[in-house]
Amino acid sequence: MLEIKNLHAVVEGEDIEILKGVNLKVNAGEIHAIMGPNGSGKSTLSKVVSGHPEYEVTEGEILFNGEDITELDADERAHLGLFLAFQYPVEVPGITNRTLLREAYNTIARANDREELDPLEFEDYIESKLDVIDMKDEFLNRSINTGFSGGEKKKNEIFQMAVLNPVLSFLDETDSGLDIDALKVVSDGVNKIANDENAIVMITHYQRLLNYIKPDFVHVMMDGKIIKSGDISLAEELEANGYDKMEKELALNGEAQ
Amino acid sequence: MSEEVKALESMIGEEYKYGFTTDVEYEDFPKGISEEIVRELSKRKNEPEWMTDFRVKAYHAWKEMEEPTWFNATYKKPDYENLLYYSAPKKKPQLDSMDDVDPNIRETYEKLGIPLEEQKMLAGVAVDAVFDSVSVFTSFKEKLAEAGVIFCSMSEAIQDHPELVKKYMASVVPVRDNYFSALNSAVFSDGSFCYIPKNTKCPMELSTYFRINNMESGQFERTLIVAEEGSSVSYLEGCTAPMYDENQLHAAVVELVALDNADIKYSTIQNWYSGDENGKGGIYNFVTKRGICKGRNSKISWTQLETGSAVTLKYPSVILQGDNSIGEFYSVAVTTKMQQADTGTKMIHLGKNTKSTIISKGISAGRSQNSYRGEVKIGKKAHGSKNYSVCDSMLIGQECGAHTFPYISSENPSSSVEHEATTSRVGEEQIFYLMQRGISEQDAISMIINGFVKDVLKELPLEFAVEANKLLDVKLEGSVG
Repeated sequence: MLEIKNLHAVVEGEDIEILKGVNLKVNAGEIHAIMGPNGSGKSTLSKVVSGHPEYEVTEGEILFNGEDITELDADERAHLGLFLAFQYPVEVPGITNRTLLREAYNTIARANDREELDPLEFEDYIESKLDVIDMKDEFLNRSINTGFSGGEKKKNEIFQMAVLNPVLSFLDETDSGLDIDALKVVSDGVNKIANDENAIVMITHYQRLLNYIKPDFVHVMMDGKIIKSGDISLAEELEANGYDKMEKELALNGEAQ
Repeated sequence: MSEEVKALESMIGEEYKYGFTTDVEYEDFPKGISEEIVRELSKRKNEPEWMTDFRVKAYHAWKEMEEPTWFNATYKKPDYENLLYYSAPKKKPQLDSMDDVDPNIRETYEKLGIPLEEQKMLAGVAVDAVFDSVSVFTSFKEKLAEAGVIFCSMSEAIQDHPELVKKYMASVVPVRDNYFSALNSAVFSDGSFCYIPKNTKCPMELSTYFRINNMESGQFERTLIVAEEGSSVSYLEGCTAPMYDENQLHAAVVELVALDNADIKYSTIQNWYSGDENGKGGIYNFVTKRGICKGRNSKISWTQLETGSAVTLKYPSVILQGDNSIGEFYSVAVTTKMQQADTGTKMIHLGKNTKSTIISKGISAGRSQNSYRGEVKIGKKAHGSKNYSVCDSMLIGQECGAHTFPYISSENPSSSVEHEATTSRVGEEQIFYLMQRGISEQDAISMIINGFVKDVLKELPLEFAVEANKLLDVKLEGSVG
């Protein structure tokens, strides 16, 4: 589904390279976790894949279902079924969640020659998704993320994911700032959305999230590269020993990846 | 929209057929300003002596005054000696079909969603006589007359209702109020006069009417609206279509008088030519608008969408004299390119339990400067009065500016004044967020802007709210990115 080959990226207009040759392959039905210390480039990876204009790809390619999407705008990537749950969801005052989601849903439907939903049909559809994240419908009437608590913002991201039903989702530190109850609700939501047809890439600092959402693969990212991949035991190893130790070991072994 | 209104909206081209009879005799009017010129102007308008005297006094008052410079805008002062203070409305070229209209203008009309018939009117295209325009117009006037509403041009009012004009003109905006009000008082061209009798709800929104008939409002417009006890009226001036005018200076005066339990709602959509990317050309819009809530429980509400003009200086205000009276100001001011706007309001609380609300939204893009200037004054006797002000600014891009100048004074401890202000930037992050959800860049920007101004636009008469939204989209198209 997603294949990232030797991806290099810089901040637009600057020389400093943030991604230094990332390789990653994600298939349908898989859940991946990317772990790494601050500044390792994991959030940047999710933004570059979803087409943030602040970054420029200098080398390599991003293939999505075989198509190179490196040059596509963010909305065009979204039309293909790419979703990013933001680490810091953005406030948009005066526009309700409902309006955003109806616009988004129908725009994506149009782009894929699927039928759009009229407001009444959409109402039924969106109501049916409220359960995924245990949300009250008054939530739909609130302006996008405006005045939301940190936990509500993160829940809202997963709710949007449920409504838009993406093919591939990047969850950028969705667990950060959540208390244990909220973490459970959010994780339950993600587990309900995950199926054989879609794929999820979680980006996180902590192993904690992985107790609730079980990844098939765990990757460790450091200094703009994925330096090690494995299964859940890799996360456990990290939790026990920390990133420093892993980095030193790898340096000793001269292992690049 | 009622059939009648639709019919009226199709009543296009009438201004040419039935409007003004002679052009030639006015063409020789001399440029410049002097007592003689003011007298000549009054004479050509066939005005009574009291009106001539009013103008002459105003002229001398103006002569003694200094052009103000206290606002946050710089511009080349008009050359008052080189202006033409009297000219008949010009005939526009009459075109045969919309195909003859400049495609750019046509595109703008379409983007704004202006009905086809109205597009033709704005563009000066001849219209098939589907409706008997004269009878529509007449029935419109008859309906107002039946209700006892007087609605006519200021020139007509001076002839036909001198006692009302004498009583109220300059009662809210004194001649010497400011430099531009004095100039206007001396040389005002025309405008609207509206009188709503006791206990009368004006049977129609005067917006539509005005929309058809405001094409020649002139450079020095003078408007007076008087709402008698227990009456109400809603009035809208301007339209969303871009308006071009070769007169650079526009200095209008608008006065509103609300007596006991009366209610006046005045909405403005201003989209005068704003000059080019480099600030060349464009209208100076120096307007004095003020209402007085003279009676108890009266209410005056100003709503404005200001998107045009090179320089705008405008502070629609309310004097809350009657006890329990209410003043409102809802404003969206948009500046792009090199536009400069210094706009806001004054709420002067004099009576007891008076309330005022100010919601101001400024959007700056390009290299423009957008200032909010608002005064809230609570007088000694205004016990239990309240003001609530919200003043939000949004910046698009890095080269524009937003400024807020609130002036608050309270002489009454039982009253309260609340002021909130925010400044935000339409950022890449907001746009990226919406685009990531599948929404195009242009729609994303439009959503952000519309969300920002929603609280104000909902105050506009419904038929204009949609157009107003589109106007914002068109105006800000390409400002980001």
